[in-house]
Amino acid sequence: MAGAAITVALLRITPAQAAEHAIGMLPGTNYDPEEHLYAYVIDITKCIGCGMCVQACSRENKVPDHFFRTWVERYTVSEQGEVIVDSPNGGKDGFKPITPGFKVAKSYFVPKLCNHCANTPCTQVCPVGASYNTPEGVVLVDPKRCIGCGYCVQACPFGSRFINPVTKTAEKCTWCYHRVTKGMKPACVEACPVGARMFGDLKNERDPIRKIVTEAHLAILQPEKLTKPRCYYLGFDKEIR
Amino acid sequence: MIEAFRYTFPTDMMYPYITGLVAGAFIVSSLYHVFHKEEYAPIGRFALLTSLAFLLCATMPLLNHLGHPERAMNIMITPHFTSAMAGFGVLYSFYLVVLVLEVWLVFRPDIVRLAQTLPGWKSLPYRLLALGVDDLRPETLALDRKVITILATIGIPAACLLHGYVGFLFGAIKANPWWSTPLMPIIFLFSAVVSGIALLIVLYQFVAKVRGDEISQPCLRGLARWLWYFQIQTITLELLEIITLAYERNEEWEIIAPLITHQLAFSFISVQMILGSLIPFILLMLAVLLDRYLHAKVRNTLTFTASLLLLIQVFSMRWNVVIGGQMMSKSLRGLRDFHPEFLAKEGVLAAILLFAIPFVLLYGLAKLLPPFGRAHQTS
Repeated sequence: MAGAAITVALLRITPAQAAEHAIGMLPGTNYDPEEHLYAYVIDITKCIGCGMCVQACSRENKVPDHFFRTWVERYTVSEQGEVIVDSPNGGKDGFKPITPGFKVAKSYFVPKLCNHCANTPCTQVCPVGASYNTPEGVVLVDPKRCIGCGYCVQACPFGSRFINPVTKTAEKCTWCYHRVTKGMKPACVEACPVGARMFGDLKNERDPIRKIVTEAHLAILQPEKLTKPRCYYLGFDKEIR
Repeated sequence: MIEAFRYTFPTDMMYPYITGLVAGAFIVSSLYHVFHKEEYAPIGRFALLTSLAFLLCATMPLLNHLGHPERAMNIMITPHFTSAMAGFGVLYSFYLVVLVLEVWLVFRPDIVRLAQTLPGWKSLPYRLLALGVDDLRPETLALDRKVITILATIGIPAACLLHGYVGFLFGAIKANPWWSTPLMPIIFLFSAVVSGIALLIVLYQFVAKVRGDEISQPCLRGLARWLWYFQIQTITLELLEIITLAYERNEEWEIIAPLITHQLAFSFISVQMILGSLIPFILLMLAVLLDRYLHAKVRNTLTFTASLLLLIQVFSMRWNVVIGGQMMSKSLRGLRDFHPEFLAKEGVLAAILLFAIPFVLLYGLAKLLPPFGRAHQTS
């Protein structure tokens, strides 16, 4: 009670909000972060490289031009194992055909985004604690605390972060935290026309993602870094890094 | 590749360069103040001022780099201790306190004398700097000397920590194979000492020329030996890192090999390895091994040229580490070009200005607290 009273006094919020805060809910909602653990699955065999996801993300999150919270890479592999990887404008406008100069054995699209690692180097190196892990397994940046040093940008092994040229703070995919806490899907998942991107809650027994993550043969990016990503890939190829 | 949209900043690498000069200059001053090597007396006090001037400017490139410099103090107010960077404030402040105290004690006899002898308002800064203490009795000065030795002794590991730590900031980034090596702090430290000694040799000869003083040959001889020794250590470590990477041929070598032979071919092979390492190595070898046959003027020229080249070597080493590390795609699938802008916030002009400020400051400090002349014998 005393704690709640102090919270009310210090934060100037209503007693009802303080009570929600005390039991871990987001103020003004009936959402409790402790009740969720999110995961993201990408099915490489389904992705057609249309770029709808990148466009949706840009619009939803007002991502500045030429910067990407999510992007799509095209891998073109020859019979001899030569690899060309390209991602013109992050795959936002789709992909034009290329002539790679070798006989193509296989080609596929790999959507990428922040892996929301459980053992994340980016939050480890943040000198002021502006980058943090939420109880639901989401990695977020508090733009009000970020000093814009860029150390996290260097520390992320997946190139998922950038310094926003407008706000001058670190920015990255949030799995559309503002949407998922209201029960919606991230914008990229919503926009994908072929269901290559899947998002769900591992703590929800009826969520299909739970079955995929626990039973399917999944791969992660750069497993040797031991960052424990929460983005999983189906149909992974050995050339993907 | 998408990762090519990351930033690269020329002024970023001014920070490790400047802190390196701080640490190196301090080590030289310690040769006199801790180990009481009399041959370094002509430069002991000047080395301290150089270290202070550069230390006062060490945070400037960082503040210029931050997206929100107004929040910089949060690193000290609300540090996140899992971050290597969070220790910066503590290390920097500690070293600054040690250095300021040592400078004050070393120059105290001059401050008191100037406060008492200068007329009118000219003595005001010295009266303020004296902090109300005008005791110059022999026993007080003897106590001062003891404290100076203690402070300088604490200062050596503090300087090593400050700069070794800068190397750790890079060496502890596992996302970047060009940085991620436990050798990084020690390479940074040794090259810091090289740059510090080289800077002092250059500045000492320059100042002596301007003042019309004779260059102390025992001092120069000693500095040249130390410089050669530390240069050999540095180049050995730098080569060791590359040779190990090349021999192991791990995944990262696929990207590092093209990085150093294409993107960094000029700055790494031509500047860092040949112009900055091989040539000064030969020049210093001549200066050290043929010492007894050398005329003072030849020794001056050899050490001056080698030092200038070594300053360029350390600069290019910082460049190759900092800029080179940001040229690789995170998936190690490709490299990008880097063309520094001239007028950008973190462009070439900003980098030049940031490097010029400590020299201006050093000029001011040397005017205020003259480091040369008979006074050095009192400390």
